[in-house]
Amino acid sequence: MAAGVAAWLPFARAAAIGWMPVANLPMPVAPTEKNKRQDELIVLNVSGRRFQTWRNTLDRYPDTLLGSSEKEFFYDEETKEYFFDRDPDVFRSILNFYRTGKLHYPRYECISSYDEELAFFGIIPEIIGDCCYEEYKDRKRENAERLMDDQEDNKDSKLPNMTFRETMWRAFENPHTSTMALVFYYVTGFFIAVSVITNVVETVPCGSSPNQKDVPCGERYTVAFFCMDTACVMIFTVEYLLRLFAAPSRYRFMRSVMSIIDVVAILPYYIGLVMTNNEDVSGAFVTLRVFRVFRIFKFSRHSQGLRILGYTLKSCASELGFLLFSLTMAIIIFATVMFYAEKGSTSSKFTSIPASFWYTIVTMTTLGYGDMVPKTIAGKIFGSICSLSGVLVIALPVPVIVSNFSRIYHQNQRADKRRAQKVQKARLARIRISKTGTSNAFLHSKRNGLLNEALDLTGSTEDERHHNKTTSLLESQHHHLLHCLEKTTNHEFVDEHLYEQNCLEGALQNYTSRSPSLSSSGGLTGTCCSRRSRRKSAHLPNSAMSPGPPHGLQELSAVHIHRSDRPPLSTSRSSLNLMPDEAMRLNCKSGQITTAIISIPTPPGTTPEGDGHGPPSPSVQTTAGSSVVKVSAL
Amino acid sequence: HDSSNKRGLKAQLRKLIPCSGGRRASARTQNSVEDELELSAVRHRPEGLEQLEAQTRFTRKELQVLYRGFKNECPSGVVNEDTFKDIYSQFFPQGDASTYAHFLFNAFDTDHNGSVSFEDFVMGLSILLRGSVQEKLNWAFNLYDINKDGYITKEEMLDIMKAIYDMMGKCTYPILKEEAPRQHVEIFFQKMDKNKDGVVTIDEFIDCCQNDENIMRSMQLFENVI
Repeated sequence: MAAGVAAWLPFARAAAIGWMPVANLPMPVAPTEKNKRQDELIVLNVSGRRFQTWRNTLDRYPDTLLGSSEKEFFYDEETKEYFFDRDPDVFRSILNFYRTGKLHYPRYECISSYDEELAFFGIIPEIIGDCCYEEYKDRKRENAERLMDDQEDNKDSKLPNMTFRETMWRAFENPHTSTMALVFYYVTGFFIAVSVITNVVETVPCGSSPNQKDVPCGERYTVAFFCMDTACVMIFTVEYLLRLFAAPSRYRFMRSVMSIIDVVAILPYYIGLVMTNNEDVSGAFVTLRVFRVFRIFKFSRHSQGLRILGYTLKSCASELGFLLFSLTMAIIIFATVMFYAEKGSTSSKFTSIPASFWYTIVTMTTLGYGDMVPKTIAGKIFGSICSLSGVLVIALPVPVIVSNFSRIYHQNQRADKRRAQKVQKARLARIRISKTGTSNAFLHSKRNGLLNEALDLTGSTEDERHHNKTTSLLESQHHHLLHCLEKTTNHEFVDEHLYEQNCLEGALQNYTSRSPSLSSSGGLTGTCCSRRSRRKSAHLPNSAMSPGPPHGLQELSAVHIHRSDRPPLSTSRSSLNLMPDEAMRLNCKSGQITTAIISIPTPPGTTPEGDGHGPPSPSVQTTAGSSVVKVSAL
Repeated sequence: HDSSNKRGLKAQLRKLIPCSGGRRASARTQNSVEDELELSAVRHRPEGLEQLEAQTRFTRKELQVLYRGFKNECPSGVVNEDTFKDIYSQFFPQGDASTYAHFLFNAFDTDHNGSVSFEDFVMGLSILLRGSVQEKLNWAFNLYDINKDGYITKEEMLDIMKAIYDMMGKCTYPILKEEAPRQHVEIFFQKMDKNKDGVVTIDEFIDCCQNDENIMRSMQLFENVI
């Protein structure tokens, strides 16, 4: 329940009088406040600075240090105040959280000291308000990266028993780990350079015989160049195969950009080997040699900056796309205009609109070759507008790309985005948990109430009962309100498990017996009978099931992680033969039940009788706050 | 539609040509700024503590506590319907409390000016918590009588009932059926409508409730809320 509205609980309870004339059942008794004391001011002394607030303000959040009885540990009898030996500046934000319900993160504060204070006072950082949450997460991420950087520097001591394959992979990825890796790194770099230079020099005309025109070196020294090419390709092939062997996930390696570049770099050679005999396709073969230039991209393994550039371009895809799109639009517009403007003049180079494209591009990028110039006055006017606008259109997206590059460069391109998405999901999940906490708390306390009654009947020990009386007065009043609503409408709140269970059973009943569903008759009659008869009906599906592989048709399985500070449902009357971890969860929205085998296992012997006899025991786990992983399979 | 389009076009053209329509545009923005100021200036300060003490049955300290909570949630001093719905919905996380909150708002907003001030709030609470049974029943009748004509018809009751059932939400046991509110209304009318004329008047209502033990007992339930 949010902070301020705790003050409105009396109003909500008073307004519940509006339900009374409508209800048909008697209302539950209101919780009494044992020692009703007037609201008092309490003094919190934090390292000498005194803060004062109402006790009710702090009681709004009973699961934090200040809201619970944990603060009694810090009570100083002589001065009648609570003394905390912590930072008073950060405490200001924390106390404001109680007052306003929103937690703010002050920008000047160091992130780790703030986190420590939050942890001390028992406040989860996920409830930082949206206004400050971005900043908080950014600072936290930077801090984490800094820590990771420090850790990696100390990580040189490798694990003693890495397999040969893993060592090799590590050597490939990080050449500074061993001398062999460094040697390999430099050798491949050298051969890449050699290969690129060879490709370039091949086309230089060198030395001419007097009766022939200049011959490119490639044709003059064919054998030498061929040997050089072969050597380089062999080295590259060996390197690629070694990497393929060492890669932890070969499929992923083969899909990565670098390996595709490797393949494209060496493939033309092999294709050329295969195809030298065939004269017809030699034209295509020549084209293939162009791809040899891709070898220069292999340098990106050697240069961090190149990789960052590539990543920047990838991450600025939208800005680049916008640049391209706006340029295209401008080119088409201006080309059309220039074409029609120059249509009149004689011997104009602007023969068609596509021909004008070339002029427009050259003018907009301020190149101005001068091979096409407008001659009419209108053409000159529009030509000047074209060149002015070209500057603008190109200049706009460029700073975005540049700033992106610098940001990524400074952050050393960690996989931020992937981690941020996971964190966002985790944050929303935690906030959702705390919101559903109220409804869960109500159901929990209902079960506890029934558990207490059951314990009464069996006359068991007192201390188990006391365990459950930890809910605050505010919570018990809120639960009383919800209980009144239940009595007014004669329906009960249940959690999602049970609801879907009911859906399932309702649907199954329609499927198997076609008798009027028993749940509808439970409406206004006593709820006891309906529960007992429902329990009997739940056996029906079991008996009606045809035998078969029980788990063979289970398709989905969902891992459910609960904060199980609630005892399992088997002790409450409304749950009967259910264990949520083995309950089948159907999607109630899909109304169809196929002939899949759905088994609802009845846990042996722990289902209580309808009136609560029998020790509810071994499944009563008063686990306090431990998380239990429950697997529910469909 | 057309005139607003034309106005929009003119404004855009004026923006292209520098400093031509600047003055006119600023005049228009000034009007909207004044409107905004007026809205945010709706602040309400309640009457003094003594007056409220005289008009309601709360003590001074109780009024203080109530006002602190009220002001915390609504710093401007009045609750409008949306805030009211928000606040009330927080108590019923599983269902949709907005319809019932709407009816409740109308019941508290006795002068029907669209906002509940602290006086309205405290008067309502005074009746609910410290009033006689007659007054409480009167208040409940007023809540159910949506159009305030002195009669509760079946349609009005059905609306209220649906609003109450909406607050339960989806995950209930037994599963909420469509006819549940209607059935409940039938039962209510059978009990309350003595002369079977299809409406319930205030006298029938009060009579019937006074004869029903359950209702009488539950009316006393929230005596010690403040």
